[in-house]
Parts: sequence; C-alpha cells; structure tokens
Amino acid sequence: MGDTLTRAHLSEAVYQEVGLSRHESAQLVEVVLDRISECLVRGEAVKLSSFGSFSVRQKGGRMGRNPKTGKEVPIKPRRVLVFRPSHVLKHRINKDLTGKPHALD
Amino acid sequence: MIKSELVSLLSEANPHLYQRDIERIVSTIFDEITTALARGDRVELRGFGAFSVKRRPARTGRNPRTGAPVQVEEKFVPFFKTGKELRERLNGGTDPGEDEDDFGDDEA
Repeated sequence: MGDTLTRAHLSEAVYQEVGLSRHESAQLVEVVLDRISECLVRGEAVKLSSFGSFSVRQKGGRMGRNPKTGKEVPIKPRRVLVFRPSHVLKHRINKDLTGKPHALD
Repeated sequence: MIKSELVSLLSEANPHLYQRDIERIVSTIFDEITTALARGDRVELRGFGAFSVKRRPARTGRNPRTGAPVQVEEKFVPFFKTGKELRERLNGGTDPGEDEDDFGDDEA
C-alpha cells in the first residue's frame, strides 16, 4: 500500500497479458492514453464502462485567493477535466480498503 | 467516445493485431489501474494525470429531509488529477494552474 505505479507497470501488465513485445506493449499503452487525450482536447467525453468517465467542463473566470498569502488573484476562464468514477470502481476500492461492502452515495 | 469506439480506433491503426487483443490491451490497462487503487496505490501517468485514493473519515451526517443525525462510515474514493500537459492542451497550450477542487483532502 502506498506505492506508485507508472506507465512501465501498465506496459508490463499488457506484455504479460497479451504477449506482444515489450516495446510494442509500451507503445500501445501510450497510444491508448493519446487517443483518450485527443478526444478530451476536442471537448468530447470518454466513457469507459466499469471504470469511469472523463468529461470536459468549461469554468468561468473569477477572483480567487492564494491560500497561503491571502492575496486575491484573478482566475481566468478555463476548461477542466472531470473524472467520474463508475460505481463498480468505487465499490471495489471501498470494499478492498475498508474490508467491508459499503452503501455508497 | 466509449470503450468500443476506442477499440475500433486502435484496431484501424493497428491492422496487424486482432481486435480481441486490442480489447484485452484496453481492459488490462484499466484493470491494472483499478487493482492498484484497490490496494491503496497511486497510478501516475505523466502528461495525462494521476489516479489516487482519498480517505473520507467517518462523520455524523444528517438526513436532509428530517434533519436526523446519521452516522456515515469512513470511506475511500478514487480521485483523478489532470496532468500538466493535458491541462495545457485543454486550454490551447497555456496552463491555467491547478484545479481548485483538491484542497484539504486526505490521500490514502
């Protein structure tokens, strides 16, 4: 618990599971992330059943505050990415980490 | 775009691979991320973003209709933070800064 996985772990898993070369496995992991990113940059949502969905939300400009100094800073309008985990993912994480199934939401 | 559309897109670009292998590749990636999060690990994909798990401590909530106090148990929720490069690409190449949504949370 508390480890960090990277692309290397994902490519290794693909290599083990599918039996392509390590090089091609790594490339495919990259291509999967690229295709998802491109779709999001176009403003289109990406839905991965049983994992979750990514969508892009437009946020208006507003006055913010630097939490450390208390100074007011203008925040420009921007697009943000929102990840909504699926129920399957939420239940799995919660069940494994608390050791019991939960009533979520 | 849904998972099957992602699979078709990848199949077209990789005619030497079987579609069912592409399906397995996509599932393996997201299963691997799921398993890592369920262990309490983080998954950091530079340029794309990072998945982590946040702990929400037990608290006394309230039934909004009746106002009656309800004990809410501790829970763990998945969280995604967009990577710097993707955040820039979403905003035409300039980084508008961090999301403000992730202050004051406990990471598991």
